[in-house]
Amino acid sequence: MVKKSAQRIYLSLIFLFLYLPILVLMVLSFNDSKTRVQWGGFTLKWYQNLFSSSSIMEAFWTTLAISLASALISTLLGMLAALGIDAMRKRNQAVMIGATNIPLLNADIVTGLSMMLLFVRFTRLGMGTVLIAHITFNIPYVILNVLPKLKQSSRTAYEAALDLGATPLYAFFKIVWPQIRPGVFSGFLMAMTMSLDDFSITYFTKGAGIHTLSTMIYTEMRKGIRPEMYALSTILFLLALALLLFMNFGPSARKAETRQ
Amino acid sequence: MCNLKRQLLAGPYLLWMAGFILLPVIMIFYYAFTTTSGHFTLLNISSIFASIHLKSLLLSLKLALICTGVCLLLSYPLAMILNGMKEKSQGFIVFIFILPMWMNFMLRILAWKLLLSNNGVINTLLEALGLPGLDILNTPSAVVFCMVYDFLPFMILPIYNAMSRIEDDILEAARDLGAGTVTIFFKIIVPLTMPGVVSGITMVFVPALTSFAISDLLGGGKVLLIGNVIEQAFMQEYNWNLGSGLSLVLMVFVIASMALMSAKGEEGGAGVW
Amino acid sequence: MSKRLIDLQHITKSFDGQTVLDDLNLYIRENEFLTLLGPSGCGKTTTLRIIGGFESPDTGNVIFDGKNITSLAPNERQLNTVFQKYALFPHMSIAENIAFGLKIKKKSKAYINDKIKYALKLVNLEGFEKRSVDSLSGGQQQRIAIARAIVNEPKVLLLDEPLGALDLKLRQDMQYELIRLKNELGITFIYVTHDQEEALTMSDTIVVMNQGYIQQIGTPEDIYNEPTNAFVADFIGESNIIDGIMIKDRLVSVLDVTFPCVDEGFGTNTPVDVVIRPEDVELVAPEAGMLEGDVASLIFKGVHWEIEVLAHGFEWLVQTTQMHPVGTHVGIRVDPFNIQIMNKPESSDEKAVESDV
Repeated sequence: MVKKSAQRIYLSLIFLFLYLPILVLMVLSFNDSKTRVQWGGFTLKWYQNLFSSSSIMEAFWTTLAISLASALISTLLGMLAALGIDAMRKRNQAVMIGATNIPLLNADIVTGLSMMLLFVRFTRLGMGTVLIAHITFNIPYVILNVLPKLKQSSRTAYEAALDLGATPLYAFFKIVWPQIRPGVFSGFLMAMTMSLDDFSITYFTKGAGIHTLSTMIYTEMRKGIRPEMYALSTILFLLALALLLFMNFGPSARKAETRQ
Repeated sequence: MCNLKRQLLAGPYLLWMAGFILLPVIMIFYYAFTTTSGHFTLLNISSIFASIHLKSLLLSLKLALICTGVCLLLSYPLAMILNGMKEKSQGFIVFIFILPMWMNFMLRILAWKLLLSNNGVINTLLEALGLPGLDILNTPSAVVFCMVYDFLPFMILPIYNAMSRIEDDILEAARDLGAGTVTIFFKIIVPLTMPGVVSGITMVFVPALTSFAISDLLGGGKVLLIGNVIEQAFMQEYNWNLGSGLSLVLMVFVIASMALMSAKGEEGGAGVW
Repeated sequence: MSKRLIDLQHITKSFDGQTVLDDLNLYIRENEFLTLLGPSGCGKTTTLRIIGGFESPDTGNVIFDGKNITSLAPNERQLNTVFQKYALFPHMSIAENIAFGLKIKKKSKAYINDKIKYALKLVNLEGFEKRSVDSLSGGQQQRIAIARAIVNEPKVLLLDEPLGALDLKLRQDMQYELIRLKNELGITFIYVTHDQEEALTMSDTIVVMNQGYIQQIGTPEDIYNEPTNAFVADFIGESNIIDGIMIKDRLVSVLDVTFPCVDEGFGTNTPVDVVIRPEDVELVAPEAGMLEGDVASLIFKGVHWEIEVLAHGFEWLVQTTQMHPVGTHVGIRVDPFNIQIMNKPESSDEKAVESDV
């Protein structure tokens, strides 16, 4: 009994540690007061200001566009790479997987700076360079999500399809694709979240005048933050919550479970 | 034959990585070993021994170690409690503890700044209770606080995963052979969760060591980590050669710590008695 | 007769409102090879886990060597378990696995090393000390699991379907190994299985369970030759179980034919289950049989032929060394001694039997 309540208290403390900051942001987003912590009454004006602020909305759309585009391209490249790696011999596979892991573990600051050096040498920093950078750090996540699914999928089914007269492309879409689809999907989502969340690499590879949400908040925080940012945080948190709840406990998650 | 063709599918990826991972690293090497006029030099590397650089490197190592230690101490009991819960509620509770990770990195820093600032939430609360204020914004403590907050889920997740993979059979077998709770913890649970601990440590230590945004925003310019030094060399002093040299040193530290951890991981897997 | 070592008294256990064991009473003698046999969900594993201390009964007592150990933790009991999936510690070498229990008991290094050597020799895996768990086959892992348990010199070894994950040939070899081990060690084995052949081969005593109730306790011969009800008859070996009516003592009507038998005391005109083992059905010339039928199928099984004969609307399963082609008109004869008469299930205990048959 004592053990149970000690556990409860411990869980609650960590829970508080994790959620107190978020709660503060949310409360402040409805606070009609210039000084941050004084409660000046309930208001929705920060939300109105947020949607009428062209700089914030532009950063929002930039962030979304870059994460969608980079996730799509890296999913395509990563899926092809996983198919290729899967066909390799054991030893080469190990080497490839090891090499794929390196950028995941390397320091963001070094990845970002090294790419900046390259881009500045050969082109100008802008949206394009941010996109390339995001694709680069996203591909490994896709590969590491797809490869296990390929390992689980049965090789003989694909060969049987070929034996029955299917072209490799037809066999891929009819046999391989259904088996790796969950991995591709989760790789895509992971790539997208990584891209949405990234600050360091974007910071070094973006050109002047371009902002994603991360870099904009960074710049603002150095100058003094606008309360509109709290409103933005609240919206983003609720969006993430909704998306995650749907992914983890929604109808598609159920289906995936029963299929396993 | 068909196999060879399939292997070619990895071609675009390999080209991409050669162009955007390998080539940039080569550029770092090039700048690190040359002067602005393109002559070979070791000064950019050896400048790590300049007292200001050395100080920030040591501070980074110290804060990263503290952050990793705190994360480990917080996560291990948490993972055990989560793992001990009923299967049904487990998924949701784990979800709750991972969720903050999905909040934008910058917004998490912002939230901590609000909590810790002099007229911030924590101090207002303390004042209301008649307690002395806590003046930790712009100190290393604030940086560590925020780092722990940011990286905690990276420690929780691998440890929890390793723990949930331990089969009940194994624990029952240990109990059957006479092991009590303490023995089971140290001889079975700890060694079997070692791989999770190791990957947790790597996933927290490396970003903590190399972070610059947290110290920049919560250190108020007073907490200068190696990441800040490198960032300033590039973005404010435009001294790419120095910045590359220091980046290379940082990379060596990252690789060394990972090598150390993976060696420890293998050790943990084998002889523990 | 040796003394009672373990006594299970009025054990009841339910999970989530579902009763798994209902007032179970069972004793186990010292030095006995006792097998708990039954289909999955019959409560055999729960019984074993209660003896091992991994589950505590809702009501009832576990008496071990005269002492009540019901609330004792597994690590405080003088018995050891061999788990179904071996449960070897993957982060330890073979020697470390075997030494685990001994180190906890703070035995000397020399003693432990001797014990490891002895145990590995006992399970025919000499020289495996340094090997890792991953490098062993399933059969070898199972031997190590046994070695790890017996070095602690338990009075009782609990085995939870230990051969379930092995292939047929290996399983048969291991059966002989286990009998040999039991004889060399001179301790009590409590063995859980759903494989009737395993149970018949190894046990001194078989306890047949179904749906939380003990159906029959007896030697393998008893269980096979004198099953007490249709469930046991059906579960142990193959049987023809036919509805019949006991006309009077020593006379039973089956499929409208009257058979002489040796059973008495069922009253007159009582509905009963009639059990006849397939090897006890004799195929003879049509006119010499008690009833006539046609061979419907024929399978060669190596030692014998397995034949299905359709007679009086019932498919008789017959095992015989003589071949009868499909379509042959044959007569069926059964010796009175080979006809087993059983009461139809009536009490609530026996209802469990009926729903499963």
